[in-house]
Amino acid sequence: MAEIVIKNLRKEFGDFVAVQSSSFTIEDGEFFMLLGPSGCGKTTTLRMIAGLELPSSGDIYIDGEEVGQKPASQRDIAFVFQMFALYPHMNVRKNISYPLVSQGMSRAAVREKVAEVSRILGIEDILDRPVGGLSGGDRQRVALGRAIVRNPKAFMMDEPLGALDAEFREHMAEELRALHDRMNATTVYVTHDQLEAMQMGDKIVVMNHGVIEQFGTPQDIYDKPATMFVADFIGSPPMNFLKFSGTVDAGASAVRLEHVDLPVPEVREAFDGDMAYGVRPEHIHLSDAAPYRATIDAVEYLGTTQILTLDTPNGKLRARISSEQPARAGESVGLTFNGNTVTLFDRQSGRALRSELNAGVLSHG
Amino acid sequence: MSSFSITEPSSRQKWAAGTLVILYAVITLLPLFWILATGFKTPADAISYPPKILFEPSLEGYVNLFTTRTRVTPEQLEALPPPETWYEAIVRNRDMVIAGPSRYGERFLNSLIIGFGSTFLSIFLGTLAAYAFSRFRVPLKDDLLFFILSTRMMPPIAVAIPIFLMFRTLGLSDTHLGMILLYTAVNISLAVWLLKGFIDEIPREYEEAALIDGYTRFQAFYKVVLPQAATGIASTAIFCLIFAWNEYAFAVLLTSGTAQTAPPFIPTIIGVGGQDWPAVAAGATLFLVPVMVFTILLRKHLLRGITFGAVRK
Repeated sequence: MAEIVIKNLRKEFGDFVAVQSSSFTIEDGEFFMLLGPSGCGKTTTLRMIAGLELPSSGDIYIDGEEVGQKPASQRDIAFVFQMFALYPHMNVRKNISYPLVSQGMSRAAVREKVAEVSRILGIEDILDRPVGGLSGGDRQRVALGRAIVRNPKAFMMDEPLGALDAEFREHMAEELRALHDRMNATTVYVTHDQLEAMQMGDKIVVMNHGVIEQFGTPQDIYDKPATMFVADFIGSPPMNFLKFSGTVDAGASAVRLEHVDLPVPEVREAFDGDMAYGVRPEHIHLSDAAPYRATIDAVEYLGTTQILTLDTPNGKLRARISSEQPARAGESVGLTFNGNTVTLFDRQSGRALRSELNAGVLSHG
Repeated sequence: MSSFSITEPSSRQKWAAGTLVILYAVITLLPLFWILATGFKTPADAISYPPKILFEPSLEGYVNLFTTRTRVTPEQLEALPPPETWYEAIVRNRDMVIAGPSRYGERFLNSLIIGFGSTFLSIFLGTLAAYAFSRFRVPLKDDLLFFILSTRMMPPIAVAIPIFLMFRTLGLSDTHLGMILLYTAVNISLAVWLLKGFIDEIPREYEEAALIDGYTRFQAFYKVVLPQAATGIASTAIFCLIFAWNEYAFAVLLTSGTAQTAPPFIPTIIGVGGQDWPAVAAGATLFLVPVMVFTILLRKHLLRGITFGAVRK
């Protein structure tokens, strides 16, 4: 198992820059998520770590060794493809043993190893079946078997649950995470599904347009987004942005919107211009007496909670409140916000302003 | 793979379709049957009018195909010892004796060498080129592919004279190598284009999985891509072989002796001792066999090959 260090990694396809100078470190044994919308460069980054694409510039260290320009076959990593890419002309057993055969392992040893892996994955009874007729879940398990059979330094997974039914995906996600915890293997996992990333990852890198927007634990990324893109991409419904213009000074603990002071964590940098008051739906509360007013536009009932769409002078908001609280469309209500969870953004650049909340997380100045 | 139809055809539609297929088969197979039957007729039966459907089969055509004969006088024939073999007996019935074997066997062998040789070379080069065009960023890829295709934009025989002169200068006239190279040059564009289509359909992930599993690019190519492309290779090989096997014009022009193939030879049989249609028909019948066997052996692949890409797996 190994630590993976990425330094100033860059990839261009002709004029198109797929990945712009990424740097991050994947600790030994970590379950690491590369998250972002399609075309953001996450898969290209993964393929560069695996050696399926060569970087235009930058370094990749696996277990301390620089492998940036080495072919995939010499990197000792395993890759699980989105469509599984099981060899269609071989049965399950041959598929799983294929990586061992390339190492010249003896037949007896291969048999033993395949038996062990199939026991872990619970696929002993399908070993002699052709891969063509397997269910999605079994294909997934065979693909995992082919990956773990070799004890590689790290696992790369490219949206491995993307091809499964929604119902089965949940189950496989748990199985994957359990397998990771059991083997404690460094895993790099690409997904566009923020729930999957939050649910499974130890750390998440959020990418957009080839640029790393934020890198951190799921909690940090959710609670302390570094950019408006991250705040909007993570969470369902995503973070709300109340748009306003004004001035804040360092040390301030409130901002003025529509003549009402709204609380914020202690601001660490002065700013003047267009801003957004970023607040998660669950940090908005209804209060009849509150001075900041809004009109309820729509109510979505979700069982224990309900999502309110609210019209405010600073734009639309979505709030998640308890279902027990009465709310009807058309009503005028007052809103209060959990000030210590709020992030202020510079609307021009999209970056978060430094505050007491996120000072430890933001890397930029 | 799954198949479906929007509506199940009614039994009457099936019956009509079946009739059409059978009718079409009869029409296309009639000339073949004619050739096959003529091969077993006597020369007199072969040109009788109205044509004989029922006749007494004779192997005379096949004997004449494989032998050269000389006419002898009845006195000379009397003087000979009795015929030792059944084919000698057939020949003597016509007041002739066997002078030696004909050249049909050699010409047939030439056809086999040149046909299969050029097919193999076309497939070998075509597969490598198609793989490269399919997988790598080749500079000027589209232009090169168009250039390869453009070699088929006029009938090959249009350049017969330059090729004839070129072959004479290079000493390739009437050689096996020359004919193999020529047929390969004609077939290679078909092979590259067809095979590129097949290889494009094979997901790259299979090779990438093999690369990750510790195999080199070339190992991944022949262990993973080739088995997947077998269907396409088989159908392309059949098309290449059919062309090289049946080619007549270049063979007439460029070969006369050592490397002559069967197609230009078969018509010359007719000149030996009168109009020997049964021998010509026998030559044509035997000439059909190799392509037929090759096609039947690969027909499963061929069927899958022709529908490949139309059906989403």
